[in-house]
Amino acid sequence: MRAIGIDIGSSCAKTAVTDGQGNVLWLDQMPTGWSSVEAAEEIRKRLAAAGFDPGHDPCVATGYGRVVVPFAQKAVTEISCHAKGAQKLFGLADLDIIDIGGQDTKVISVRGGSVRDFLMNDKCSAGTGRFLEVMANTLRTDSASLIAMAAEGSNTSISSMCTVFAESEVISLIGKGESRENIAFAVVTSIAKKIASQASRLCADGVQTVLTGGLCEADQLRKALSLELGRDIISCENARYAGAIGAALFAEKL
Amino acid sequence: MDFELPAQFAQFGDARKNGFLRVKKIKENGGRVAGTFCTFTPQEILDAAGVSPVSLCGMSEETIPAAEAHLPKNMCPLIKSSYGFAVSDKCPYTYFSDIIVGETTCDGKKKMYELLGKMKDVYLLHLPQGDREHALEQWTGEVQRFREFLEQRFGEEISDEAIREAARLRNKERAARRRLMELQKAQPPMSSGYAIYKALEGAGFYFDVKEVCRELTRLADQLEADYAAGQRPVSEKAKRILITGCPIGGVLEKTVKAIEAAGGAVVCFENCSGIKATIDEVDADAPDIIAAVAEKYLKIGCAVMTPDIRRMDLLRRLVSEYRADGAVEIDLQACTTYSVESYTVRKLMEELGVPYMAIETDYSVSDSGQLATRLEAFLEML
Ligand code: SF4
Ligand code: SF4
Repeated sequence: MRAIGIDIGSSCAKTAVTDGQGNVLWLDQMPTGWSSVEAAEEIRKRLAAAGFDPGHDPCVATGYGRVVVPFAQKAVTEISCHAKGAQKLFGLADLDIIDIGGQDTKVISVRGGSVRDFLMNDKCSAGTGRFLEVMANTLRTDSASLIAMAAEGSNTSISSMCTVFAESEVISLIGKGESRENIAFAVVTSIAKKIASQASRLCADGVQTVLTGGLCEADQLRKALSLELGRDIISCENARYAGAIGAALFAEKL
Repeated sequence: MDFELPAQFAQFGDARKNGFLRVKKIKENGGRVAGTFCTFTPQEILDAAGVSPVSLCGMSEETIPAAEAHLPKNMCPLIKSSYGFAVSDKCPYTYFSDIIVGETTCDGKKKMYELLGKMKDVYLLHLPQGDREHALEQWTGEVQRFREFLEQRFGEEISDEAIREAARLRNKERAARRRLMELQKAQPPMSSGYAIYKALEGAGFYFDVKEVCRELTRLADQLEADYAAGQRPVSEKAKRILITGCPIGGVLEKTVKAIEAAGGAVVCFENCSGIKATIDEVDADAPDIIAAVAEKYLKIGCAVMTPDIRRMDLLRRLVSEYRADGAVEIDLQACTTYSVESYTVRKLMEELGVPYMAIETDYSVSDSGQLATRLEAFLEML
């Protein structure tokens, strides 16, 4: 038996296939594009091309597009799926997860294998991938390069957490001739502060904090977050697939 | 979306809309109407003065832009929407109100009443804070002053007996409301919480208290009979959710409805329009009827009180009586009192071992998707 998990996020759609025994066989990602309905159709084709049968194998969908996957038997929220997937990826039953998504950032605390509490930002893009994207656009680069650039910067800050105001602060820093590295440093520090203040309400002593989501490999962000939160944060290469893997694990139980 | 209510509830769904015709009729027959905003308004005094109270709490986003011409943007949507209805003359109830009655509750409302007073005849009752010994004495004085104001305003004396009579009738109404809510104690509950809320809300637009009692009782009888006959409108497996926080009339769809769409069952509303308005009765035979009315209202637990011990006591009780699997606090954006107090509620729920989630929202639909995910995840967690 194979089990399929699909995580359609606001910017990226991820798919995971497991062997029915909890082992990951295949991972795939693609941009969600403007329509999650079309993304779901594209995923179906990609699964078929890789030799899997989405019409037959059990399938669970998650992410904000979870309700538009016609071939999924069940929709489970990204909170539960991330919790499940992250436990698998890190081999821990107790952990605090910080997931930086395109439109929302979640903090999930897992104890003894189940979600005990979680936080999600209210309807505002501060502290999300979207915030970084907007700032990166202003600096004519992309999120990953912006974070990497931040390593070379220092001593600059922006005060507003609000994406709109922060953007004008960045523009005025550019106007003042501040170096891009320093501005990148300010942006990354600002988002790390925002996320840390959210996360500090749930992250507990003696429990490992992990970073998942599309920016899991952005070391500089992880370091900034560790610093602001005062905790060691780990991540791994496949942490961006935590939601999809979790969904596949739920599908195994269908 | 009232047409989605189960058949037994049909008449309540349109009550707010049809209430317009009722108010018009009251006015045409020379009757009087008072617009109210809060559960603290002593209805018995209005009843005894022959004035029909009607809630003017704004529940729609539509009038907020009009309100923002005078009010700040980052303010509670309930206050903005209510004020917007008044300035834009879009609300028939505001239009037909002879007077508007307010209380010194939260800062936003207090200052809004000042502005409203420039357009309408506003009477403000001064509500004392919390648990001081002289609070009841002061509030009794306020209720008496309100009575005198009404006597002068409408040129008619209000007898003690009329107030007692009103208290008896309102006690009956409170009992009928309680009975309907208590049906949800059953496992599985007898109805969707959404439908119960709609009935409680709709009943506020009947104006004839006797009719309200009759109709709510009829509905409760019907639900009980259907349940006894084996009907189970709510799944046995649905997690039982208690709702607390700000007034939720304006956010019902994206909160209560979302919870029930995700497989939960709302079994208890602690909020205004729910339990907290109905648990206490007026002692209609008390020697001092004004003091008795005052006492009932002063017992209401609300975050505008400092300290707000009564809300915590009530929550503690409701969690066990309604066997809540989880508690969801719904706060309106920029409502300081409730959002600060949500920390206390969280601690209380931790102590009681009841999973708790607080959400903050406004009257727009922009966060519905995100709220649905959070509520769904909360249910998955239980
Ligand atoms: S929440 Fe408090 S202030 Fe607001 S209407 Fe209810 S009782 Fe009045
Ligand atoms: S919800 Fe809060 S801010 Fe709004 S009127 Fe009620 S107490 Fe005031």
